[in-house]
Amino acid sequence: MIFEYAPAPESRAITTIKPKYGHFIGGKFVAGSKHFATINPATEEVLSQIALAGKAEVDAAVKAARKAYTSTWSKTSGKERGKYLFRIARFLQERAREFAVLETLDNGKPIRESRDSDIPLAAAHFFYHAGWADKLEYAGLGSSPKPLGVAGQIIPWNFPLLMLAWKVAPALATGNTVVLKPAESTSLTALLFAEVCQQAELPAGVVNIVTGDGSTGALIVNHPGIDKIAFTGSTEVGKIIARSVAPTKKSVTLELGGKGANIVFEDAAIDETVEGIIDGIFFNQGHVCCAGSRLLLQENIAEEVLHKLKKRMEKIRVGDPLDKNTDVGAINSKEQLAKIVELAKVGDAEGGQRWSPASELPKKGYWFAPTIFTGVTSAHRIAREEIFGPVLSVLTFRTPQEAIEKANNTPFGLSAGIWGEKGSRTLWAAQQLRAGVIWSNSFNKFDPTSPFGGYKESGWGREGGRHGLAAYLKGVTGE
Amino acid sequence: MSDRIDVKKTYKLFINGAFPRSESGRTYEVKTSKGVFLTNACLASRKDLREAVVAARAAHNGWSKATAYNRGQILYRIAEMLQARTGEFIQEIMMTTGVTKVKAEKEVLQAIDTLVWYAGWSDKISSLTGANNPVAGPFYNFTVPESMGVVAAIAPENPSLLGLIESIAPVITSGNTVIVLASTKAPLSAMSFAEVLATSDLPAGVINVLTGKKDEIAPWMASHMDIDAMDISGLPGKLTSEVKVAGAENLKRIHSFKGTTPTRITAFTESKTIWHTIGV
Repeated sequence: MIFEYAPAPESRAITTIKPKYGHFIGGKFVAGSKHFATINPATEEVLSQIALAGKAEVDAAVKAARKAYTSTWSKTSGKERGKYLFRIARFLQERAREFAVLETLDNGKPIRESRDSDIPLAAAHFFYHAGWADKLEYAGLGSSPKPLGVAGQIIPWNFPLLMLAWKVAPALATGNTVVLKPAESTSLTALLFAEVCQQAELPAGVVNIVTGDGSTGALIVNHPGIDKIAFTGSTEVGKIIARSVAPTKKSVTLELGGKGANIVFEDAAIDETVEGIIDGIFFNQGHVCCAGSRLLLQENIAEEVLHKLKKRMEKIRVGDPLDKNTDVGAINSKEQLAKIVELAKVGDAEGGQRWSPASELPKKGYWFAPTIFTGVTSAHRIAREEIFGPVLSVLTFRTPQEAIEKANNTPFGLSAGIWGEKGSRTLWAAQQLRAGVIWSNSFNKFDPTSPFGGYKESGWGREGGRHGLAAYLKGVTGE
Repeated sequence: MSDRIDVKKTYKLFINGAFPRSESGRTYEVKTSKGVFLTNACLASRKDLREAVVAARAAHNGWSKATAYNRGQILYRIAEMLQARTGEFIQEIMMTTGVTKVKAEKEVLQAIDTLVWYAGWSDKISSLTGANNPVAGPFYNFTVPESMGVVAAIAPENPSLLGLIESIAPVITSGNTVIVLASTKAPLSAMSFAEVLATSDLPAGVINVLTGKKDEIAPWMASHMDIDAMDISGLPGKLTSEVKVAGAENLKRIHSFKGTTPTRITAFTESKTIWHTIGV
């Protein structure tokens, strides 16, 4: 049965999108030379024209960041730096609805998530790091912690403003200046953030934003005037960056892919667990590096969990991201949809059994129904490769040891979930799992105080918490 | 002068708690600083490295799950065993490097003290680098440092014993296991140190010691997919870029250090954050 709801759309009148944008360099918006379209993935409507930064623009941004670092920001006390960050946090809260609507239009994620998760968390990240700016010598990262200089930051399209906050807030709190490039398909909230920097009277050049595609990112990675690269994105690109910076002195942090195991033990509270499985894989259309994309069910409860999971999935509302009742929005781009479709086909071909609830997807835009594959083994590509979409691979296990072995059988090591009522076993499992973030009886929770980042091929370093500061200070991890 | 012929020691590799020769059958001549022949050391091969990695991986689960107290005691035991053999190490360092007895003795004593220093860190590092994170929700959220797994280390040419210990002790303190390539020119003290390890209650495979050439072994360490991290403090600068490029294939954590510092421990730990739900 599918519930009928009247449409409840959030108004887009709160946001004004300009027909064309430039870059934000040295405190000013400067016109771009070449442009490309950014679209609403739910409707394929062209929202605006985004500038493509080439060498001249990246050079100008790095120069502005260096100048700001040398002449202003490195001479600004931690106390004053912190006050700028507090201001930014407040402005983000004040303009939260505007940011949420813009994010949903440009990204395709449900307004429920941009409004209740992305934007509040972005503001919280600035508020949290603001307080660190004048307390760095107490962070246990050396008695006289020093910034690195100019940070080049490249962020993905899945949580555009939130990933900006994860990068910019700690960099500024520790005294670095930044050149940030948002993802090609989701530049709008970063450009609105530039306005917030102006409102906060942040000194010119402390934050510079250049828009563009992978070629712009490569210009940043290889720029000799940059001291630090912070990247969030695919493991494939992360490895390219690691190779590119090998001959240089640049320090690097990487937040990369994952294939998170969500382990359900036989004594788990099934109804709660089903909600957690849904949160783990269908949150943000599954465009989440730490998604719980491998469900590991203890064999004796597998049937019951799957039955309840399917019933619950039938009630997921897929559709207009601006509708306040929508659970799952649009796939962010045509390219990403093609990747999901391709890997799901591989899942069929390798013998997985595909199931999706009956649902009608919008005719225009990029959509993929919430999907589960049962009968999956550890050797299947859909159990090994990151799909980055609303597709769940289901495996089973008999003993806790087997669950751990299957969970750890991956080159990734970002996240994992553990469902069960026995605390000692939960902590035992948490100890055995080779992953950087572990949720017990929950999934996909984030907080600025909580370090986030992966083991193995899921990346280098942590973001958030006291640990995240190390990424922007000298000498914390050797030379 | 005595007519008696000395019984000379055969220097071999140290893999999985045993002392094998290189499977390749290769050796190289170790000479005094003045060029006088001392011994034939093993020229470790790629296969020796791979066997050492297998041993180190197998040892990791047990060593990383041993209590911090236990790891600390074993590190301290290594210091005890080294102290007892101070004279032998002074001789070996003097022979291979040509330094005075005063300098050699200083190095050995410092090596012992360094072991004791890292031994004391084993049950303290978590308190200092872990965290209890006050998240905005009903969760007990905490962060703990854990070992990364298998670490490959290139010990510096000089000081040959102290440098070797600096590249081993901090790495195993947190529960990693290690394969170390010793000083090429002065490998004697490293191989005698392996004998110290063999009598220190250290589980087999936790420390594996190879002798050979840096430009031959380091790139194989870097490209080995079951090595998680590298300490390249002893790697010649001209090889750094090549090693980092090869290491990117499985995103090895690659670091180098100067001196005795807890950073040598923390650089080879991963932070694990656990969100434990609170409720009745």
